[in-house]
This record gives sequence, structure tokens and C-alpha cells, in this order.
Amino acid sequence: MRDLLPIVVVIATFQAFVIRQPVEGFVSLVFGAALVVAGLACFIFGLRIALFPIGEGLAHALAAKGSAFWLFAFAFVLGFGTTIAEPALLAVAEEAAEVAVGAGAIADSEEAMDDYALGLRLVVALSVGVAILIGVYRIIVNWSLPLMIIAGYVLVVLATTIAPAEIVGVAYDSGGVTTSTVTVPLVTALGVGLASSLKGRNPMTDGFGLIAFASLTPILFVLLYGTVLEWI
Amino acid sequence: MDLILSSVLFIADSALDVLPIVAFLFAFQIFVIRGPMPNVKQILVGFGFVIIGLGLFLVGLEKTLFPLGRLMAQQLTDPAFLESARLTVAGALQWQDFYWVYLFAAAIGFSTTMAEPALMAVSIKANSVSGGAIGVWGLRVAVAIGVGFGVGLGCYRIITGLPLHYFMAVGYFAVIVQTAFAPKLIVPLAYDSGGVTTSTVTVPLITALGLGLAEAVPGRSPLLDGFGLVAFASLFPIISVLAYGQLAVLRQKVDESATGKQELPEEKDHAL
Repeated sequence: MRDLLPIVVVIATFQAFVIRQPVEGFVSLVFGAALVVAGLACFIFGLRIALFPIGEGLAHALAAKGSAFWLFAFAFVLGFGTTIAEPALLAVAEEAAEVAVGAGAIADSEEAMDDYALGLRLVVALSVGVAILIGVYRIIVNWSLPLMIIAGYVLVVLATTIAPAEIVGVAYDSGGVTTSTVTVPLVTALGVGLASSLKGRNPMTDGFGLIAFASLTPILFVLLYGTVLEWI
Repeated sequence: MDLILSSVLFIADSALDVLPIVAFLFAFQIFVIRGPMPNVKQILVGFGFVIIGLGLFLVGLEKTLFPLGRLMAQQLTDPAFLESARLTVAGALQWQDFYWVYLFAAAIGFSTTMAEPALMAVSIKANSVSGGAIGVWGLRVAVAIGVGFGVGLGCYRIITGLPLHYFMAVGYFAVIVQTAFAPKLIVPLAYDSGGVTTSTVTVPLITALGLGLAEAVPGRSPLLDGFGLVAFASLFPIISVLAYGQLAVLRQKVDESATGKQELPEEKDHAL
């Protein structure tokens, strides 16, 4: 219940003191809040008995199998597959297509917009697949996470300077929308499981960081996508 | 009745989102690992709970809190309301006149992050992996403060029309500097927390706020300027979580100098 308390307090305070209008449908509000709390409890329970064990179990099994190819294939498909179907990404891709039309980057037709949105989704999904793959590779070879992330940011800043202005906002936002509620626990469990099954790795310092890659590469890839489209 | 029907629809929706992932995991287990899935029953029941939980969670938000939040975002960015609450005396609205918007943005960013399921997942994992050194609650509050601050600042950017990448470049620079000084233990977790903050709960609400704001401010296009709030919401938690780690170390140092205890360098990381 305390998870939801801050939202309730914020909305109640603003309604009472700033907007000063009575809220309609109080009963349905309470009922909706009860649904949210019950839903969260179910989700957390399922997380503990299914998502975490399966993610770590597969990581252990893949490490024990000793096949780098399948480990990388798993990492890539997990990133690509969960992102391409992400509803939040769909919404952003459609809005981005409208921005592109407004800026005159693509033709104002249904077909051109669909193509653009699909292209964007593919680019973002590809970038997340690559991100998880790089992240897993990093855990195995033990490269420095801060150095890689900082290098990534430097690339992002450089790419921003050459990318067309209308893609910049979309690109930075796409880094945030890619990681869904089901993907995050799975990817976290994958990283932690892998780090704990490899010798000399600390799951705390080496297991985390996969999601960081998954929020960084989409920015870079989308900026480059916008730049390439402009050149063509 | 309506709520029950839409609950069923939302659960079906979340099943459609989750089932391909389940299918992929099982296919991998069967064809690549070539062994039976351990605890199949438990895993299947767990996925059932995940699907039902997400469905109920979303229907609750979508039917009640989201419409209210969107309505409030509209009301707060309504020109008539802004005119009535202004600080400056006359002329066009200045950026200070939007103070309710900043407050609301920060408050809604903070409170929605506290209810974000993906963040709970990562906090639970971090807590168990660190052997309790990182508190579930502490990490969530640190991330939520970052999101609140980020969204508030993002609104300021939309209102003033400053370029997004100025803020991003400065933020990244802060991250780089902090990384050099923060305890090693917290760094990967901090980087991850940028990505997990923005999913089911936070994105729809702050997107509505950004679009409403871009419409209300003269000279802003919702399409060009409405974007970017999510970027703020993913950058600032990195900074706040790194700061959380630095604060814990600092507090420990103060405690130690007070008691005159010798500080061992390896112990730094256990302060969290």
C-alpha cells in the first residue's frame, strides 16, 4: 500500500489546494487503487518465483554449457525480441514519424510514415539486442563498465552534433522507453546469474550494467538512423 | 461491471506481451540447453501471477489514476489557470509563472517512480545480491528523487526552449565526475537505474505533461518540444543514485573521524 501512497498524496494535495475542484467518481478511484495494489503484489510474487529463477537458471545453464555462441545468441534475441513488441516504443515511433513529417524529413503520406516508424522500431530493437550482447561480453571479458558507458556518452554527444535537430528529442527518449517491466527483471537476473557463475566476478559490481547499455545504445543508433536518412 | 470487463481485457493484453517471452525462454531451454526446465510448475504459476498482476496494475492505473493525472496536467498548463497564478505583474508569462507546473512535475515524477514495478524488481535483486548492504527502500527513494528533479528541470527546458543536448551534456559530465569518486559497488547499479525508472507508470504521465506544456507555451511545438522529458527522467536518477552512494561513504567517514577509528579502504563499499 505504501508504494501507492505518494501518488495519492500528490494528487489529493494538488486537487485540494491548487486546482480546487471536487474529484468525480471517488468510489471508482478507491477501487482502481485497490486493483493497482493487488496487481503489484501479484507481480512481485511472480517475479520471485518465476522471472528471477528462470533468468538466473538460464544464465547458469548457458555458462555451464560453455558455448559463447549460444550465450550471445540468447542475449541478442532477448534484447531484440522483447523490444520490437514493446507498446511504449510503438507509441514513440508513431509520434516520431509525425515529427519527421513536420520537419519535412519524409513525405507526408501514410506509407512513408509507416515505413519510418517501422524503421525506427527495428533500429531501436537492434540496438537493444546489441546492447545486451555487448553487456554480456563485458561481463565475460571483465572490461570496465564506467569506461564503456562514458565512451558511449561521448559518442552520443558527438552524434548529436551531426544529427538533424528533429530526431534528437526522439532519440534521447527512445533510450528510456525500451526497457519494459518484464525485460528488466529477466535481464538483471541474466547479468547477476552470469556474474555469479563465472570465477572471479562479483555479482554486485559485474552483474549489473546490462540495462545501462540498453538505455544508451538506442540513443546512439537512433541519432545515426536520423543522420543516415538525411544523407540519402 | 465495466471495470471487471476491462480487467479481463488488460490481463489478456499483458498475456500477449508476456507469452512470446515465455515461449522464447522455453524454446531456448528445450532446444539449446536440452534439459527439462527446473520447477516447471512453479515457473508457470509465477508467470501466471506476473501476467495477472501486470493486467490488474495497468487497469487500475488506466481507469483511475491516469485520467486524473492527465486532467491535472491539462488544468495546470491551462492558460487561464496560469494567468491566475502568475508571479510577474504584466506582459507575457515568464518562466517563473509556471511554478505550479515544476512542483507538480517533480511530485508526480517522484511518486510514480515509487510505484514503478521494474524499479522494485531491481531493488529487490540489488538488496539480495549486496547481502542487504543496499536497502530496497533507500535505492527507490534515491531513484525517485532523481526522476522528480529531472522531470521538473525538463519542464523548465520546455518552457524556456533551451536545447535538450545542453542539459544532457552537462548531466553526462556530472555522471563522469561522480563515477570517479563514488564507491565502486554503486556504479553499475546507478547506471542501470536510469533505464528502469521509465516504464509503465512514469512514461504515460510525464509524456502527457510534456505535450500539454508544449501546447500551452507560445512558440513551442508539441511535436518538437514535447519530447525529451523521458530523457531527463532517465539521466538524473544516475546522478542521484551515485550521490546516494557518495553520501553513505561520507556519513561513514564522519562517524569514523568522530570515534577516531582507522578507516580501511576496502570497507568503503560496505557503507551503503
